[in-house]
Amino acid sequence: MKMKSIILSTAAGVVAASAAGAKDMTIVSWGGAYSASQDAAYHQPYMAANPDVNIINDESSAEAVAKLRAMAEAGNTTWDVVDVVASDAIRLCDEGLAMEIDPDTMLADAPDGTKASEDFGDLLVSECFIPQIVYSTTFAYRTDVDAWGGKEPSNICDVFDLEAFPGKRSLEKRPINNMEWALLCDGVAKDEVYDVLGTEEGQQQALAKLDTIKDEVIWWSAGADTPQLLADGEVVMGSTYNGRLFALIEEQKQPVKMMWDAQVFDLDGWIIPANLSDERKQAALDYIMFATDTQRLADQAKYISYGPARASSAPLVGKHAELGIDMAPHMPTDPENAKNTFLYNYEFWADYRDDIDAKFQAWLAQ
Amino acid sequence: MTATSHDDAFVVFDRVQKSYDGEILVVKDLNLQIAKGEFLTMLGPSGSGKTTCLMMLAGFETATSGDILLGGNPINNIPPHKRGIGMVFQNYALFPHMTVGENLAFPLEVRKMGKSEREAKVKRALDMVQMGDFAGRRPAQLSGGQQQRIALARALVFDAELVLMDEPLGALDKQLREHMQFEIKHIHENLGITVVYVTHDQSEALTMSDRIAVFNDGVIQQLAPPEDLYERPENSFCAQFIGENNTLMGTVESVSDGVASITLDDGAKVRGLAVNCGGPGSRTTMSLRPERVYVGGEEGLVTTEAQVKELIYLGDHIRCRMSVHGNDEFVVKVPNAAGHKHLQVGEKTMISWETADCRALDA
Amino acid sequence: MANTADSSQDIAHSAPVTGPVLGNDGRPLKASLAKSLRRQKLRALGLIAPLLIFVLLTFIAPIADMLFRSVENNIVGDVLPRTVVALQDWDETSGELPDNATFKAMALDLKEAVEDKSHTRLGSRLNYEQSGISSLFRQTGRKVKRLDVEETTDFVAAFEDMNKKWVDVENWQTIKAFSGRFTDGYFLAAADLTKGPEGIERVPENEQIYYTLLLRTLKMSLIITFSCILLGYPIAFLLATLPLRTSNLLLILVLLPFWTSLLVRTSAWKVLLQQQGVINDTLVWLGLVADNARLELINNQTGTIIAMTHILLPFMILPLFSVMKTIPPSYVRAAKSLGANDWTAFWRVYFPQSVPGIGAGSILCFILSIGYYITPEIVGGTKGVFISNRIAYHISSSLNWGLAAALGTLLLVVVLGLYWLYDKFVGIDNVKLG
Repeated sequence: MKMKSIILSTAAGVVAASAAGAKDMTIVSWGGAYSASQDAAYHQPYMAANPDVNIINDESSAEAVAKLRAMAEAGNTTWDVVDVVASDAIRLCDEGLAMEIDPDTMLADAPDGTKASEDFGDLLVSECFIPQIVYSTTFAYRTDVDAWGGKEPSNICDVFDLEAFPGKRSLEKRPINNMEWALLCDGVAKDEVYDVLGTEEGQQQALAKLDTIKDEVIWWSAGADTPQLLADGEVVMGSTYNGRLFALIEEQKQPVKMMWDAQVFDLDGWIIPANLSDERKQAALDYIMFATDTQRLADQAKYISYGPARASSAPLVGKHAELGIDMAPHMPTDPENAKNTFLYNYEFWADYRDDIDAKFQAWLAQ
Repeated sequence: MTATSHDDAFVVFDRVQKSYDGEILVVKDLNLQIAKGEFLTMLGPSGSGKTTCLMMLAGFETATSGDILLGGNPINNIPPHKRGIGMVFQNYALFPHMTVGENLAFPLEVRKMGKSEREAKVKRALDMVQMGDFAGRRPAQLSGGQQQRIALARALVFDAELVLMDEPLGALDKQLREHMQFEIKHIHENLGITVVYVTHDQSEALTMSDRIAVFNDGVIQQLAPPEDLYERPENSFCAQFIGENNTLMGTVESVSDGVASITLDDGAKVRGLAVNCGGPGSRTTMSLRPERVYVGGEEGLVTTEAQVKELIYLGDHIRCRMSVHGNDEFVVKVPNAAGHKHLQVGEKTMISWETADCRALDA
Repeated sequence: MANTADSSQDIAHSAPVTGPVLGNDGRPLKASLAKSLRRQKLRALGLIAPLLIFVLLTFIAPIADMLFRSVENNIVGDVLPRTVVALQDWDETSGELPDNATFKAMALDLKEAVEDKSHTRLGSRLNYEQSGISSLFRQTGRKVKRLDVEETTDFVAAFEDMNKKWVDVENWQTIKAFSGRFTDGYFLAAADLTKGPEGIERVPENEQIYYTLLLRTLKMSLIITFSCILLGYPIAFLLATLPLRTSNLLLILVLLPFWTSLLVRTSAWKVLLQQQGVINDTLVWLGLVADNARLELINNQTGTIIAMTHILLPFMILPLFSVMKTIPPSYVRAAKSLGANDWTAFWRVYFPQSVPGIGAGSILCFILSIGYYITPEIVGGTKGVFISNRIAYHISSSLNWGLAAALGTLLLVVVLGLYWLYDKFVGIDNVKLG
């Protein structure tokens, strides 16, 4: 008899547990330190507040666009919230693969009552995109290069100056950012860069400038490449995401310094896939409402050196959770760092990416 | 034709030993002289060392100690391709990607022989084995017997004076095998070549050889012409291994004038030729060929009692299994001659043999 | 004394046959045989059915899908049905804009398209052919909602008002050129060709890439295959001649890389090959290479060749090994006993018999390397990447699946063509996997 009751109660427990665990939520992100910062700042507090939700982490953001399209074609989208860069969000929105968001009804207001649409401001670059962080693609250089005779590069055009700063550089294996930097250092005014780049001559001009350093460039395709190349001494300077460089300099204490000049701001944030069931859509929106409020966004900056996307979060950014150093000076948005910046031109690159990429790849292959 | 000294021997094994692992000798102290033109067979069960000896002669194995001489010269350090020895392999080893003609031309080509001479030699060799029409075929298109002939022709085409054959007929059926035995024998006689032949088939050895070296356990047990080996085996291994043989176990009582008096294990006393039986008191195996036993007692012969266990009619003779002094497998061949005695199963009778036919050998 | 025993097998062929042979039930023997074999055949089919279905679903169907995608172009006709009809009467070579009715058709089509957001998908599709159309459709989509079709009379002006690009004839030419249900545009792009005003022409030299990449892929795959033969042959030979216990141990060493992640293996090559890497450090330490002239072994073709050869080596060794294992040692012995020295015995007797293994290994290595993209991406730099890297880019990054499918189809055709050449000159039955 006793045995029977144990079995029964256990069975009941299993049924209850599986009913409770029915609210699985798959959140897709980039992995590594970035996912860890999201887990600490968003996922854990959210699950603590909502015990019936179980968040499953998926590290597929790099292939998110292609996978979402394949899932939509198969008619079975298994992801609930996806972390993507803004340009991918625009692409997904254009393809009808991401859901449109009304910031004022679906996102939290700032503590002082400012509407979300105003708090995020210009960073709402697409109807489907919920901004999360501002990051930048910028340069860093080794501080122990003998051949430089004590000089240190401080200007973006030093990247193109092989005489004063000899040695290998690492650049991303795509036209975006590189073309802008090239034009900027070939005498094009900053506010004319995209007008020039929209013409055939401008594209050739940029490639011609890049040609002057082509032999000295190692092209990267993963964000971890440049920090590794800098640490190994394979390159003397290189571009990558500022958070990766923060880890290299502050956590790994490598002899490397940031060169913030002409850093390109870009946005990373959430989208919710289109065509989710109502129940899953509500759950995803509930998570988004929580994870993108002012405090949560400021919390993430404790773990990684990316700037929160809300204006109202900036004053709340404090010290690094482990290193205990002030995070504000390491933010790309810090006034000291943001003297000369670009914002990724989403409209331009949505139009010209295919064309310029073909030319850029053909140039690379020559 | 038998070589008796180093000087007139064509092939000499001089105190040759071979070990693969440094612990066990597979060939123990081998001494053997082979005369020019001789057909010598190495006969023995598998693992007896006969193939190893052949491989050492061919150059594919090196002797661990001792010398091997060919035509008076030591060949231990001469690589196989410079020894000029023809060889027929167990599975023929005809090159499958070459035609029969190309297979035969191969040894001539590597000797840089001119084309016309090469073709003439190939044709002659093929004709010799009655395969003149097959030069254009691939080995896979030939039957086993045909492949065998080609392998033979290939070993002979470059005029090797010494030809080694490693169980060349093992894969053929009985009829074809007997046929090929004669053919090889004829070729050997016609060409005057020296042949060293390895087999485990004793009837093949008896049919073809000038001399047979019986191998067991890395040692030559007996080296003798076929009829000597059969009729006068020098130890019980040879007696057992070659032909059919009856054995009776006993102890030597005395030896006089080459005749041993022996008490069998059941107490009966018999006499036999003292060949290899040691002095009084030592154990001995009496060896007796079935066809040398007569049914019935006869004056002047060794006579003893036997009981018939089984009779098998074989046409020309009747094979009679008997129980003789505790040996139930004692076989007597009763010729189906006019008026021979008809035995019954279970019947007790007397059998007899000449003292010289019963050989007292080692136990 | 001739070949009495051997001639018996030739007799069977010579018996003359007239008319169909009948069985003892009076029916033709062939019919009875077919009947008795039918059951067996059905059972055999039943046994392979799961495999057959698996191959159909996972191999044939994706290839068919890929072939279809490379020419499929339904989106323009689906999103702009009225416009496509209206554009049929327009002469795109005239240099004039389409008439007002066409613009009205576009307005009606876009208003509907905006409802299900298909206008932006169309924009992305057409942007592959003409830069700028993507934003044209996205921006117009926002504004066209407010356009009152009933009131408006001058649609050309209304569109010009929404976006100046609408009075650019080039955009309309692009829409018309890609309005069919099927398109050759992807294949043209994959062959570095484009549809100009005067028909098909080559794209400008600074945009030609696929032809270069295809040639490079084939050339480097050949080099990789050849270096696999060079390195794999002696290893396979050693494995085949060693005693079983030793060779099994070595075989495990050959297979060991299979148990390591591809990324880990490739990244290990980075550590070894880079200029501050182990190999360069060793060479500098030995004084073979000056410190300021370190060898460039990675981020170029050399890196791709080294890393790919390492990854594909087992695919060469295994078939070679299994073929060599079946070559009895007596062949080489026979050759030596016939007077051939070591080299001649190897080259004339052993090597020809191992050729089927080389054939099988080469086909495996070559086809695998043609389709590889992860390793070239990591160690190939710019000069060592393959055409598959572009396919991967179009699948996962630019979302131009039609072009990716066309490139994949071209690659498939090239491989089949090479296979045909191989069969013609070497013979495919000369390939043995074991």
